[in-house]
Amino acid sequence: MNFLFAAFLLFGLGALLAVIPWRGGKAVAFFGSGGAILGCLLGLIAAGQGLAAGVAETFFLPLSMPGGAFSLRLDGLSAFFLLPLFVVGLVGALYGSEYMGSGGKTRWSGLHWTWYNLLILSMTLVVTAANGLLFLFAWECMSLTSFFLVITEHNLAEAVEAGWTYLLATHFGAAFLFAFFLSASAFSGSLEFASFQVLGQLSTPVASGLFLLLLVGFGSKAGIFPFHVWLPDAHPAAPSHVSALMSGVMVKTAIYGFLRLFSFLPAAPPWWGGLLMAIGIVGALFGIAMAALQRDVKRSLAYSTVENIGIILLALGFWMQCRATGHYFTAALALAGGLIHLLNHSLFKSLLFMGAGSLMHGSGSRDLNRMGGLMRRMPITGVLIVCGGLAISALPPFNGLIGEWFIYRALLESGTVLSGLAAFSPLVLIGLLALVGGMVIIVMTRIIGIALAGEPRSSAAARAHEAGWRMWSGMAALALLCLVGGLMPVLLLQVAGRAAILLDPAAATLLADNAISPWWLGIMAVLLLGCILAAYGFSRWRQGCTIVPSSATWGCGFAFPSSRMSYSAESYTELPQSAMFCSCLKPSTEDGRTIGFFPEAKSFSFEAPDPVLEHLFKPFFRRAARVCSGFRGLQAGQLHVYLLYIFSVTILLLLWAGQR
Amino acid sequence: MLQLFLHLLLLLGLSPLLPGVIGKTKALFAGRTGPPFLQSYYDIWKLFGKGLVISRTTTWVFRAGPVLGLVVPVLAALMVPFGSIGAPLSFTGDLIFFVYLFGLARFFTASAAMDTGSSFEGMGAAREVTFACLAEPTVFFSFIVLARLSGSLSLDAMFGQALNTAWQSAGPSLILVVACLFVVVLVENCRIPFDDPNTHLELTMIHEVMVLDHSGPDLGMILYGAAMKLFVLGALVVRLVFPGSTGNVLFDTLLFSGGMLLLAVVIGVVESTMARLRLLRVPQLLVGTLLLSFFSLILLLR
Repeated sequence: MNFLFAAFLLFGLGALLAVIPWRGGKAVAFFGSGGAILGCLLGLIAAGQGLAAGVAETFFLPLSMPGGAFSLRLDGLSAFFLLPLFVVGLVGALYGSEYMGSGGKTRWSGLHWTWYNLLILSMTLVVTAANGLLFLFAWECMSLTSFFLVITEHNLAEAVEAGWTYLLATHFGAAFLFAFFLSASAFSGSLEFASFQVLGQLSTPVASGLFLLLLVGFGSKAGIFPFHVWLPDAHPAAPSHVSALMSGVMVKTAIYGFLRLFSFLPAAPPWWGGLLMAIGIVGALFGIAMAALQRDVKRSLAYSTVENIGIILLALGFWMQCRATGHYFTAALALAGGLIHLLNHSLFKSLLFMGAGSLMHGSGSRDLNRMGGLMRRMPITGVLIVCGGLAISALPPFNGLIGEWFIYRALLESGTVLSGLAAFSPLVLIGLLALVGGMVIIVMTRIIGIALAGEPRSSAAARAHEAGWRMWSGMAALALLCLVGGLMPVLLLQVAGRAAILLDPAAATLLADNAISPWWLGIMAVLLLGCILAAYGFSRWRQGCTIVPSSATWGCGFAFPSSRMSYSAESYTELPQSAMFCSCLKPSTEDGRTIGFFPEAKSFSFEAPDPVLEHLFKPFFRRAARVCSGFRGLQAGQLHVYLLYIFSVTILLLLWAGQR
Repeated sequence: MLQLFLHLLLLLGLSPLLPGVIGKTKALFAGRTGPPFLQSYYDIWKLFGKGLVISRTTTWVFRAGPVLGLVVPVLAALMVPFGSIGAPLSFTGDLIFFVYLFGLARFFTASAAMDTGSSFEGMGAAREVTFACLAEPTVFFSFIVLARLSGSLSLDAMFGQALNTAWQSAGPSLILVVACLFVVVLVENCRIPFDDPNTHLELTMIHEVMVLDHSGPDLGMILYGAAMKLFVLGALVVRLVFPGSTGNVLFDTLLFSGGMLLLAVVIGVVESTMARLRLLRVPQLLVGTLLLSFFSLILLLR
């Protein structure tokens, strides 16, 4: 706990020192990133202690606020979520110290570092808070600081618009959380998490109501389908290390909140899990299909976050359902799968977002069709992105496979043991999950193939340069962690097992058993690496000479291949889009077909807007705006009228209080 | 140890024979003499001895494609029983690893193709990843049928002794599974009716076009890897059709080898009698196979 307080102090110090207008930009970046890096290091020690100790540490300081208290609790579940937070926070600060110092971003650097430190601070508080009011306070701080980070480049209209969408979505969710905490405190008589244990005695219908409040409240932050609409806008707008922190960690704090508060509710009926699974798989399919259609690399990655959150939700839902129906072994596997995938996703998604940031940094654009040939010009970033791509596609020898292996195995276990209709849903889910897995490979080979491979597609991309050591070393650390996770899956399982103790003690004891430990996967990964090395050696041996003669790519006899001849981001997904996607996802294309005899200037444009946003939220909010515009008269813009409002409301409240 | 040795011997020694047998069968149908049975061996040997030319556009990813294309089938073969010779490596849940291992090869083959910057190869890569995406669920459903019948989640047991009784108790399901896995063998190895391995023309471009720019030892590795992939996936079908065991290692090996050659003949017959499908028809056929495999599963659920 002491390390955690020291970390708080450092984050606060970093935030304060960064906002002072020092002469020259160097000092700001030094203090801002330094505070975050040192704080994260101390935080990592605290999280490591929390995971190793296995006993909860608590801290209580009464505040004068009604119902509020500065009450913290660091147990296995908190420590499990703190781990990725501090790892990504540290790497992000290192990366950002260079990223923010270039390309005209320097003038936003100071405030940005303040918000960055405060964001990590508030996320730490969210994960360790043991009081409802403190939790909500930290939650709001997290939303606001991340909002300011999204609009870091506030001279861009799209960044500001993305920020507003995000603020709206996050407050929409917060409203449900307020409703949850108010009703929970009405039942338990206090906002302390410790007193929430009495919620376990609620009847199923009431508990179901609370469960739905949690689902919508946290779901809108986690980006579950259909509340994901803010995600594909907000992630590209933010600076890349902030996108990494938001996508890798912040959306996971919502999963944390959901799991933490869910653990107070009474035993779940099976339909809760079923609902989560349905939302999860729909989100996964939708997210990955949309990711395949985006030409903005960060938008594509943001949709892939929607997909991964869907997979995590699917695993957690399956855990709940299996527990409700008494299949404890499958429940343990599903829980382990969900938690491990969550941890893995925060690592490889941050890696990919930072990689995308380096590509933008090098080529000056987020558009895949304006990159190309970057593997030659940015070799280190290129290798690291390929590592991240392998990890996110759940391919050996990286860590992505471990989580998905557990999820598949849970579904397979119940699919092969159950009979009749009960086996139906896990079986369908296996097929759909396999489909999602195949589509992730499409998305990742597309990003690698279009952005990194081939000839440069713009003059800026041809001049691209490698990022500095502070940018790539952080990413390299993440890639190394991904590889270690794949080679030593037992480690991942142990960490997940610590978090599982609090959620499901029965599952935790099952997971601690050696019989299901995935050490075979580690052996296979090592074997795979060995074989690759051997085959590479063979290839080098047969190659003979050190300098391989090179020539132009074969182009039907055309000797000067250019980027205009190569496949573009849209053409790569044209086949899956026409063969597999349902019509509601169809992008709008402005077709450039030539009809006449003589060549003429033609243009082709392609856009894939979010169908949920276009067909559900935008019409809804337009109608709401029309209704609400009637109240505009109240907003007179005169101070004394507003004072009158406050005055009259106070009198009404006093009257109401006097009546009671 | 003997198992491992036998496995590698069969895989490395016998796999290039399959393309030869297919070619001979097709030649027979066309009334030609055709290349000799051992043509693939000659090709691979010749390519391993040749020099290498690579495109100026490419990077290390381009060289990684052939390496992974060679490694993955070898590793995958160790998890699959060859006839009644058990798999040297086997663990619960290895079927998931098996499927994702081929994903790794696909990832690098497609990336290597994109690395040349050629639109032909981009076309091939896009098609390969799309079709594989539809074939993957079919593999999983077929494996689940076998897992349910054998009560185990490792390939060795799923394709093990339990098959004998399974044919009696759940024949119809297994027939469907054989059909589905045969389609998977065809599509994953780019055979007619999904892809034509003999041409590089844009109408038929999937696998062959992805390797247009590879040359010398790299191309040899790709050819060898492709032959081994056919061998590994074919071994699954052969094992399903000939589930028996003679009890003698030598006879078992002969039975399995005969089965593999028969499979090659069947593929040759299919290639000789069918035309290649129109490209947009291919996903439809794959979805059809997917539904068929799911149907075989439904038959078991009852």
